[in-house]
Amino acid sequence: MTTSIAELVASHPLLAGLPGDATATVAACARNVAVAPGELLLAEGQPADTLYLVRRGQVAIEVHTPAGGAVVIETLGSGAAVGWSWLFPPYRWHFDARALDPVGVVAVDAVCLRGKADADPALGYELMQRVAAVLLDRLQMTRLRVLDLYGAGRHG
Amino acid sequence: MGETPTAVVPGVAGEARGHGSMAPVLHRVADRRRETADVVTLTLVPLDAPQMAFRNGQFNMLTAFGVGEVAISISSAAAGGGPLEHTVRDVGAVSHALCEAQTGDVIGVRGPFGSGWEVPAAPVAAAGDVVVVAGGIGLAPLRGAVSDLAERHCAGDRRVFVAIGAREPSQLVFDEDLERWSRAGASVAVTVDVAASGWSGRVGLVTTLVADAGFDAAGAVALVCGPEIMMRFSARALVDAGVPPESIQVSLERNMQCGGAWCGHCQLGPFLLCRDGPVLPYAGTVERLLLERER
Repeated sequence: MTTSIAELVASHPLLAGLPGDATATVAACARNVAVAPGELLLAEGQPADTLYLVRRGQVAIEVHTPAGGAVVIETLGSGAAVGWSWLFPPYRWHFDARALDPVGVVAVDAVCLRGKADADPALGYELMQRVAAVLLDRLQMTRLRVLDLYGAGRHG
Repeated sequence: MGETPTAVVPGVAGEARGHGSMAPVLHRVADRRRETADVVTLTLVPLDAPQMAFRNGQFNMLTAFGVGEVAISISSAAAGGGPLEHTVRDVGAVSHALCEAQTGDVIGVRGPFGSGWEVPAAPVAAAGDVVVVAGGIGLAPLRGAVSDLAERHCAGDRRVFVAIGAREPSQLVFDEDLERWSRAGASVAVTVDVAASGWSGRVGLVTTLVADAGFDAAGAVALVCGPEIMMRFSARALVDAGVPPESIQVSLERNMQCGGAWCGHCQLGPFLLCRDGPVLPYAGTVERLLLERER
Protein backbone atom coordinates (compact mmCIF):
# COMPACT_ATOMS: atom_id res chain seq x y z
CA MET A 1 0.00 0.00 0.00
CA THR A 2 1.35 3.42 -0.88
CA THR A 3 1.41 6.09 1.75
CA SER A 4 0.04 9.41 0.54
CA ILE A 5 2.10 12.56 0.82
CA ALA A 6 -0.51 13.94 3.25
CA GLU A 7 0.02 10.92 5.49
CA LEU A 8 3.79 11.38 5.34
CA VAL A 9 3.41 15.05 6.28
CA ALA A 10 1.01 14.19 9.09
CA SER A 11 3.34 11.52 10.49
CA HIS A 12 6.38 13.80 10.77
CA PRO A 13 6.93 15.23 14.29
CA LEU A 14 7.26 18.79 12.99
CA LEU A 15 3.84 18.80 11.36
CA ALA A 16 1.89 16.10 13.20
CA GLY A 17 -1.48 17.28 14.47
CA LEU A 18 -1.82 20.38 12.33
CA PRO A 19 -5.32 21.81 12.79
CA GLY A 20 -8.11 21.60 10.23
CA ASP A 21 -7.07 21.09 6.63
CA ALA A 22 -3.59 22.51 7.20
CA THR A 23 -2.02 19.11 6.58
CA ALA A 24 -3.57 18.98 3.12
CA THR A 25 -2.46 22.56 2.50
CA VAL A 26 1.15 21.73 3.35
CA ALA A 27 0.99 18.43 1.48
CA ALA A 28 0.03 20.32 -1.67
CA CYS A 29 3.53 21.84 -1.56
CA ALA A 30 5.33 18.59 -0.71
CA ARG A 31 6.80 15.57 -2.45
CA ASN A 32 8.50 12.39 -1.32
CA VAL A 33 12.18 12.27 -2.23
CA ALA A 34 14.96 9.68 -1.91
CA VAL A 35 18.48 11.01 -1.53
CA ALA A 36 21.52 8.84 -2.26
CA PRO A 37 24.44 8.66 0.18
CA GLY A 38 26.85 11.53 -0.38
CA GLU A 39 24.32 13.65 -2.25
CA LEU A 40 23.72 17.22 -1.09
CA LEU A 41 20.22 18.18 0.02
CA LEU A 42 21.23 21.82 0.22
CA ALA A 43 24.37 23.78 -0.50
CA GLU A 44 25.78 26.88 1.16
CA GLY A 45 24.97 30.07 -0.73
CA GLN A 46 22.25 28.52 -2.87
CA PRO A 47 18.63 29.67 -2.70
CA ALA A 48 16.85 28.27 0.34
CA ASP A 49 13.78 26.94 -1.36
CA THR A 50 12.97 23.69 0.45
CA LEU A 51 12.09 22.44 3.91
CA TYR A 52 13.24 18.84 4.33
CA LEU A 53 11.44 16.55 6.75
CA VAL A 54 13.68 13.55 7.36
CA ARG A 55 11.81 10.23 7.38
CA ARG A 56 14.79 7.88 7.47
CA GLY A 57 18.57 7.96 7.30
CA GLN A 58 21.12 10.43 8.61
CA VAL A 59 21.88 13.90 7.27
CA ALA A 60 25.09 15.75 8.09
CA ILE A 61 25.03 19.52 8.40
CA GLU A 62 28.44 20.58 7.09
CA VAL A 63 30.54 23.62 6.45
CA HIS A 64 33.38 23.59 3.97
CA THR A 65 36.74 24.90 5.14
CA PRO A 66 39.57 25.67 2.74
CA ALA A 67 42.15 23.70 4.68
CA GLY A 68 40.09 20.99 6.35
CA GLY A 69 37.47 20.12 3.76
CA ALA A 70 33.95 19.47 4.98
CA VAL A 71 33.48 19.75 8.74
CA VAL A 72 30.37 18.09 10.14
CA ILE A 73 28.61 20.39 12.59
CA GLU A 74 25.72 18.12 13.44
CA THR A 75 23.96 15.01 12.22
CA LEU A 76 20.19 14.75 12.06
CA GLY A 77 18.09 11.64 11.73
CA SER A 78 14.55 10.43 11.36
CA GLY A 79 12.04 12.97 12.63
CA ALA A 80 14.31 15.97 12.17
CA ALA A 81 13.65 19.02 10.05
CA VAL A 82 16.53 20.22 7.89
CA GLY A 83 16.74 23.81 6.68
CA TRP A 84 15.49 26.99 8.34
CA SER A 85 16.82 29.62 5.97
CA TRP A 86 13.78 29.25 3.70
CA LEU A 87 11.86 31.16 6.38
CA PHE A 88 13.99 34.28 6.50
CA PRO A 89 15.33 36.69 3.88
CA PRO A 90 17.58 36.56 1.96
CA TYR A 91 16.51 32.88 1.66
CA ARG A 92 20.00 31.45 1.15
CA TRP A 93 21.47 28.36 2.79
CA HIS A 94 24.17 28.98 5.37
CA PHE A 95 25.51 25.41 5.41
CA ASP A 96 25.61 22.25 3.35
CA ALA A 97 23.45 19.24 4.22
CA ARG A 98 24.63 15.86 2.94
CA ALA A 99 23.01 12.43 3.07
CA LEU A 100 25.22 10.02 5.02
CA ASP A 101 23.24 6.96 3.99
CA PRO A 102 20.10 6.36 1.94
CA VAL A 103 17.88 9.16 3.14
CA GLY A 104 14.14 9.52 2.73
CA VAL A 105 12.68 13.01 3.07
CA VAL A 106 9.50 14.87 2.49
CA ALA A 107 10.65 17.93 0.53
CA VAL A 108 8.33 20.89 1.01
CA ASP A 109 8.56 23.65 -1.61
CA ALA A 110 9.35 26.68 0.55
CA VAL A 111 8.10 29.27 -1.93
CA CYS A 112 4.79 27.45 -2.07
CA LEU A 113 4.68 27.07 1.72
CA ARG A 114 5.52 30.74 2.35
CA GLY A 115 2.73 31.68 -0.05
CA LYS A 116 0.25 29.51 1.85
CA ALA A 117 1.41 30.93 5.16
CA ASP A 118 1.08 34.51 3.87
CA ALA A 119 -2.43 33.77 2.65
CA ASP A 120 -3.46 32.07 5.91
CA PRO A 121 -1.90 33.82 8.93
CA ALA A 122 -3.26 31.13 11.29
CA LEU A 123 -1.31 28.50 9.36
CA GLY A 124 1.70 30.81 9.23
CA TYR A 125 1.60 31.32 13.00
CA GLU A 126 1.25 27.57 13.59
CA LEU A 127 4.21 26.83 11.34
CA MET A 128 6.28 29.57 12.92
CA GLN A 129 5.59 28.23 16.42
CA ARG A 130 6.67 24.75 15.40
CA VAL A 131 9.81 25.86 13.61
CA ALA A 132 10.67 28.16 16.53
CA ALA A 133 10.47 25.16 18.88
CA VAL A 134 12.99 23.33 16.66
CA LEU A 135 15.22 26.40 16.58
CA LEU A 136 15.08 26.68 20.37
CA ASP A 137 15.97 23.02 20.76
CA ARG A 138 18.94 23.35 18.41
CA LEU A 139 20.08 26.52 20.18
CA GLN A 140 19.98 24.76 23.55
CA MET A 141 21.94 21.83 22.12
CA THR A 142 24.52 24.21 20.69
CA ARG A 143 24.88 25.99 24.04
CA LEU A 144 25.46 22.68 25.79
CA ARG A 145 28.05 21.63 23.24
CA VAL A 146 29.92 24.88 23.82
CA LEU A 147 30.16 23.85 27.50
CA ASP A 148 32.04 20.63 26.76
CA LEU A 149 29.66 18.41 28.75
CA TYR A 150 32.10 15.54 28.99
CA GLY A 151 35.27 17.33 29.92
CA ALA A 152 34.77 18.12 33.57
CA GLY A 153 34.39 15.93 36.58
CA ARG A 154 35.23 12.30 36.54
CA HIS A 155 38.74 10.93 36.40
CA GLY A 156 37.82 7.28 36.34
CA MET B 1 36.46 -11.28 49.78
CA GLY B 2 39.95 -10.99 51.27
CA GLU B 3 40.62 -12.78 54.55
CA THR B 4 44.13 -11.53 55.16
CA PRO B 5 44.97 -8.94 57.87
CA THR B 6 44.36 -6.34 55.19
CA ALA B 7 40.97 -7.85 54.46
CA VAL B 8 38.88 -6.25 51.78
CA VAL B 9 35.44 -5.55 53.12
CA PRO B 10 32.65 -5.51 50.59
CA GLY B 11 31.07 -2.13 50.16
CA VAL B 12 27.39 -2.34 50.95
CA ALA B 13 25.40 0.85 51.19
CA GLY B 14 24.77 1.77 54.81
CA GLU B 15 26.91 -1.03 56.21
CA ALA B 16 29.60 -0.23 58.80
CA ARG B 17 33.10 -1.31 57.80
CA GLY B 18 35.99 -2.59 59.81
CA HIS B 19 39.45 -1.07 59.89
CA GLY B 20 40.52 -3.66 57.34
CA SER B 21 39.07 -1.48 54.63
CA MET B 22 41.55 1.24 55.58
CA ALA B 23 44.63 -0.83 54.68
CA PRO B 24 45.44 -1.17 51.00
CA VAL B 25 45.84 -4.66 49.56
CA LEU B 26 48.86 -4.91 47.32
CA HIS B 27 48.06 -5.55 43.68
CA ARG B 28 50.34 -6.07 40.74
CA VAL B 29 49.63 -4.39 37.43
CA ALA B 30 49.10 -7.41 35.18
CA ASP B 31 48.25 -5.41 32.09
CA ARG B 32 48.18 -1.80 31.01
CA ARG B 33 46.15 -0.65 28.04
CA ARG B 34 46.07 2.88 26.72
CA GLU B 35 42.53 3.92 25.80
CA THR B 36 43.17 7.52 24.75
CA ALA B 37 45.96 10.06 25.08
CA ASP B 38 45.16 10.57 28.78
CA VAL B 39 43.20 7.46 29.76
CA VAL B 40 44.69 4.11 30.74
CA THR B 41 43.07 0.85 31.83
CA LEU B 42 44.97 -1.16 34.44
CA THR B 43 44.35 -4.84 35.06
CA LEU B 44 45.16 -5.64 38.68
CA VAL B 45 45.93 -8.95 40.38
CA PRO B 46 46.25 -9.27 44.18
CA LEU B 47 49.70 -10.28 45.37
CA ASP B 48 48.73 -12.47 48.30
CA ALA B 49 44.98 -12.25 48.70
CA PRO B 50 41.96 -13.63 46.88
CA GLN B 51 40.56 -11.47 44.13
CA MET B 52 37.88 -9.19 45.51
CA ALA B 53 34.20 -9.64 44.82
CA PHE B 54 32.44 -6.48 43.74
CA ARG B 55 29.31 -5.14 42.12
CA ASN B 56 29.15 -3.20 38.88
CA GLY B 57 29.27 0.51 39.64
CA GLN B 58 31.35 0.28 42.82
CA PHE B 59 34.73 1.95 43.25
CA ASN B 60 38.08 1.27 44.87
CA MET B 61 40.60 3.58 46.47
CA LEU B 62 43.83 3.12 44.51
CA THR B 63 47.18 4.03 46.05
CA ALA B 64 50.17 5.13 44.08
CA PHE B 65 52.76 4.61 46.80
CA GLY B 66 54.64 7.74 47.68
CA VAL B 67 52.15 9.91 45.83
CA GLY B 68 48.67 9.38 47.26
CA GLU B 69 45.32 7.72 46.97
CA VAL B 70 42.35 8.36 44.70
CA ALA B 71 38.88 6.88 44.15
CA ILE B 72 38.55 5.08 40.83
CA SER B 73 35.53 3.16 39.59
CA ILE B 74 35.88 -0.51 38.77
CA SER B 75 35.57 -0.82 35.01
CA SER B 76 35.47 -4.61 34.62
CA ALA B 77 32.42 -6.85 34.93
CA ALA B 78 31.35 -8.31 38.25
CA ALA B 79 29.96 -11.52 36.76
CA GLY B 80 32.09 -14.24 35.29
CA GLY B 81 35.08 -13.90 37.58
CA GLY B 82 37.00 -11.77 35.14
CA PRO B 83 39.94 -9.57 36.06
CA LEU B 84 39.79 -6.47 38.22
CA GLU B 85 40.19 -3.44 35.97
CA HIS B 86 40.27 0.29 36.58
CA THR B 87 40.21 2.94 33.90
CA VAL B 88 42.03 6.08 34.96
CA ARG B 89 42.16 9.53 33.42
CA ASP B 90 45.32 11.53 34.01
CA VAL B 91 44.04 14.68 35.71
CA GLY B 92 46.19 15.06 38.84
CA ALA B 93 49.29 13.84 40.66
CA VAL B 94 47.86 10.51 41.82
CA SER B 95 45.97 9.68 38.65
CA HIS B 96 49.08 10.65 36.68
CA ALA B 97 51.18 8.21 38.72
CA LEU B 98 48.58 5.49 38.19
CA CYS B 99 48.48 6.17 34.46
CA GLU B 100 52.25 5.88 34.39
CA ALA B 101 52.22 2.53 36.24
CA GLN B 102 53.78 -0.21 34.14
CA THR B 103 53.13 -3.94 33.98
CA GLY B 104 54.66 -5.51 37.09
CA ASP B 105 54.38 -2.38 39.23
CA VAL B 106 52.62 -2.69 42.57
CA ILE B 107 49.82 -0.40 43.70
CA GLY B 108 47.45 -0.46 46.67
CA VAL B 109 43.75 -1.18 46.50
CA ARG B 110 41.12 -0.54 49.18
CA GLY B 111 37.54 -1.51 48.58
CA PRO B 112 35.21 -2.16 46.99
CA PHE B 113 33.10 0.71 48.24
CA GLY B 114 29.67 2.12 47.68
CA SER B 115 26.54 1.12 45.88
CA GLY B 116 26.26 -0.50 42.46
CA TRP B 117 23.90 -0.33 39.52
CA GLU B 118 20.59 -1.96 40.29
CA VAL B 119 19.20 -3.82 37.31
CA PRO B 120 16.31 -6.17 38.10
CA ALA B 121 17.42 -9.72 37.43
CA ALA B 122 16.07 -11.31 34.28
CA PRO B 123 13.80 -12.97 33.57
CA VAL B 124 11.31 -10.74 35.30
CA ALA B 125 7.91 -10.38 33.74
CA ALA B 126 7.88 -6.65 34.31
CA ALA B 127 11.50 -6.09 33.32
CA GLY B 128 11.76 -3.64 30.47
CA ASP B 129 14.57 -2.38 28.30
CA VAL B 130 17.83 -1.23 29.82
CA VAL B 131 19.11 2.14 28.64
CA VAL B 132 22.68 3.14 29.39
CA VAL B 133 23.78 6.73 28.84
CA ALA B 134 27.48 7.52 29.24
CA GLY B 135 29.49 10.67 28.73
CA GLY B 136 33.24 10.59 28.20
CA ILE B 137 35.04 8.43 30.72
CA GLY B 138 31.70 8.00 32.49
CA LEU B 139 31.46 4.82 30.44
CA ALA B 140 34.06 3.23 32.75
CA PRO B 141 31.76 2.66 35.76
CA LEU B 142 29.09 1.36 33.35
CA ARG B 143 31.34 -0.94 31.35
CA GLY B 144 30.94 -3.90 33.69
CA ALA B 145 27.17 -3.57 33.83
CA VAL B 146 26.87 -3.35 30.05
CA SER B 147 29.23 -6.28 29.55
CA ASP B 148 27.20 -8.40 31.94
CA LEU B 149 23.93 -7.38 30.31
CA ALA B 150 25.03 -7.64 26.70
CA GLU B 151 27.58 -10.43 26.69
CA ARG B 152 26.52 -12.66 29.56
CA HIS B 153 22.84 -12.55 28.68
CA CYS B 154 21.95 -11.13 32.07
CA ALA B 155 19.36 -9.05 30.28
CA GLY B 156 17.22 -12.07 29.38
CA ASP B 157 14.80 -11.00 26.67
CA ARG B 158 15.25 -7.34 27.40
CA ARG B 159 16.84 -5.05 24.89
CA VAL B 160 19.95 -3.14 25.87
CA PHE B 161 20.51 0.36 24.47
CA VAL B 162 23.85 2.08 24.97
CA ALA B 163 24.18 5.79 24.17
CA ILE B 164 27.69 7.21 24.36
CA GLY B 165 28.78 10.81 23.97
CA ALA B 166 32.28 12.24 23.82
CA ARG B 167 33.84 15.56 23.00
CA GLU B 168 35.65 14.16 19.98
CA PRO B 169 36.38 10.75 18.47
CA SER B 170 39.86 10.58 20.00
CA GLN B 171 38.27 10.65 23.47
CA LEU B 172 36.12 7.58 22.95
CA VAL B 173 37.12 4.66 25.13
CA PHE B 174 36.58 0.88 24.96
CA ASP B 175 36.33 0.56 21.15
CA GLU B 176 36.59 -3.21 21.29
CA ASP B 177 33.88 -3.46 23.93
CA LEU B 178 31.49 -1.40 21.82
CA GLU B 179 31.95 -3.83 18.94
CA ARG B 180 31.49 -6.83 21.23
CA TRP B 181 28.33 -5.37 22.75
CA SER B 182 26.93 -4.73 19.27
CA ARG B 183 27.74 -8.26 18.16
CA ALA B 184 26.02 -9.56 21.28
CA GLY B 185 22.83 -7.76 20.28
CA ALA B 186 22.99 -4.49 22.18
CA SER B 187 22.06 -1.33 20.32
CA VAL B 188 25.14 0.86 20.63
CA ALA B 189 25.08 4.46 19.42
CA VAL B 190 27.93 6.93 19.63
CA THR B 191 27.99 10.66 19.05
CA VAL B 192 30.67 13.32 19.35
CA ASP B 193 30.50 17.06 19.79
CA VAL B 194 33.29 17.79 17.38
CA ALA B 195 33.84 15.58 14.35
CA ALA B 196 37.40 14.91 13.34
CA SER B 197 38.44 14.26 9.78
CA GLY B 198 37.35 10.78 8.80
CA TRP B 199 34.61 10.51 11.41
CA SER B 200 31.51 9.10 9.73
CA GLY B 201 29.35 8.72 12.80
CA ARG B 202 26.89 11.01 14.48
CA VAL B 203 27.65 14.53 15.62
CA GLY B 204 25.63 16.13 18.41
CA LEU B 205 24.80 15.78 22.07
CA VAL B 206 24.32 12.40 23.71
CA THR B 207 20.78 13.50 24.56
CA THR B 208 19.86 13.27 20.88
CA LEU B 209 20.70 9.55 21.00
CA VAL B 210 18.23 9.15 23.85
CA ALA B 211 15.49 10.77 21.80
CA ASP B 212 16.19 8.53 18.80
CA ALA B 213 16.92 5.21 20.51
CA GLY B 214 13.48 3.66 20.20
CA PHE B 215 13.34 1.85 23.55
CA ASP B 216 10.20 1.08 25.50
CA ALA B 217 10.42 4.08 27.80
CA ALA B 218 7.66 3.31 30.27
CA GLY B 219 9.21 0.03 31.38
CA ALA B 220 12.85 0.95 30.95
CA VAL B 221 15.62 1.05 33.53
CA ALA B 222 18.17 3.79 32.79
CA LEU B 223 21.76 3.96 34.03
CA VAL B 224 23.52 7.29 33.55
CA CYS B 225 27.13 8.23 34.20
CA GLY B 226 29.32 11.15 33.24
CA PRO B 227 30.02 14.68 34.41
CA GLU B 228 27.12 16.01 36.48
CA ILE B 229 25.91 18.51 33.95
CA MET B 230 25.78 15.77 31.34
CA MET B 231 23.83 13.52 33.72
CA ARG B 232 21.42 16.34 34.53
CA PHE B 233 20.54 16.91 30.89
CA SER B 234 20.58 13.20 30.04
CA ALA B 235 18.21 12.38 32.89
CA ARG B 236 15.94 15.16 31.70
CA ALA B 237 16.04 13.77 28.15
CA LEU B 238 15.16 10.32 29.48
CA VAL B 239 12.20 11.74 31.41
CA ASP B 240 11.13 13.68 28.30
CA ALA B 241 11.29 10.41 26.37
CA GLY B 242 8.91 8.85 28.89
CA VAL B 243 11.22 7.05 31.32
CA PRO B 244 9.84 7.35 34.86
CA PRO B 245 12.30 9.32 37.06
CA GLU B 246 12.13 6.44 39.57
CA SER B 247 13.66 4.16 36.93
CA ILE B 248 16.75 6.31 36.40
CA GLN B 249 20.01 5.80 38.31
CA VAL B 250 22.97 8.14 38.23
CA SER B 251 26.53 7.81 39.51
CA LEU B 252 27.72 10.78 41.54
CA GLU B 253 31.16 11.55 42.87
CA ARG B 254 32.71 13.99 45.26
CA ASN B 255 36.00 13.96 47.09
CA MET B 256 36.04 10.32 48.23
CA GLN B 257 38.78 9.83 50.80
CA CYS B 258 38.12 7.28 53.53
CA GLY B 259 35.65 5.10 51.67
CA GLY B 260 34.01 4.22 54.99
CA ALA B 261 31.70 7.19 55.56
CA TRP B 262 33.88 8.46 58.39
CA CYS B 263 35.60 11.56 57.11
CA GLY B 264 32.67 13.35 55.47
CA HIS B 265 34.64 14.73 52.53
CA CYS B 266 32.24 13.20 50.03
CA GLN B 267 29.08 14.62 51.56
CA LEU B 268 26.46 15.76 49.09
CA GLY B 269 23.30 16.93 50.81
CA PRO B 270 22.09 14.06 52.98
CA PHE B 271 24.41 11.56 51.31
CA LEU B 272 27.91 10.39 52.05
CA LEU B 273 28.65 9.28 48.53
CA CYS B 274 31.33 6.74 49.39
CA ARG B 275 28.69 4.81 51.33
CA ASP B 276 25.29 5.86 49.97
CA GLY B 277 26.55 6.32 46.42
CA PRO B 278 28.09 6.54 43.99
CA VAL B 279 25.00 5.03 42.34
CA LEU B 280 21.80 6.70 43.50
CA PRO B 281 18.23 6.91 42.24
CA TYR B 282 17.67 10.09 40.27
CA ALA B 283 14.10 10.75 41.41
CA GLY B 284 13.59 13.10 44.32
CA THR B 285 16.63 14.20 46.32
CA VAL B 286 19.26 13.68 43.61
CA GLU B 287 17.15 15.46 41.01
CA ARG B 288 16.99 18.46 43.35
CA LEU B 289 20.67 18.27 44.29
CA LEU B 290 21.73 18.29 40.64
CA LEU B 291 19.98 21.64 40.28
CA GLU B 292 21.33 23.11 43.49
CA ARG B 293 24.09 25.69 43.41
CA GLU B 294 26.86 24.60 45.74
CA ARG B 295 28.40 27.16 48.10
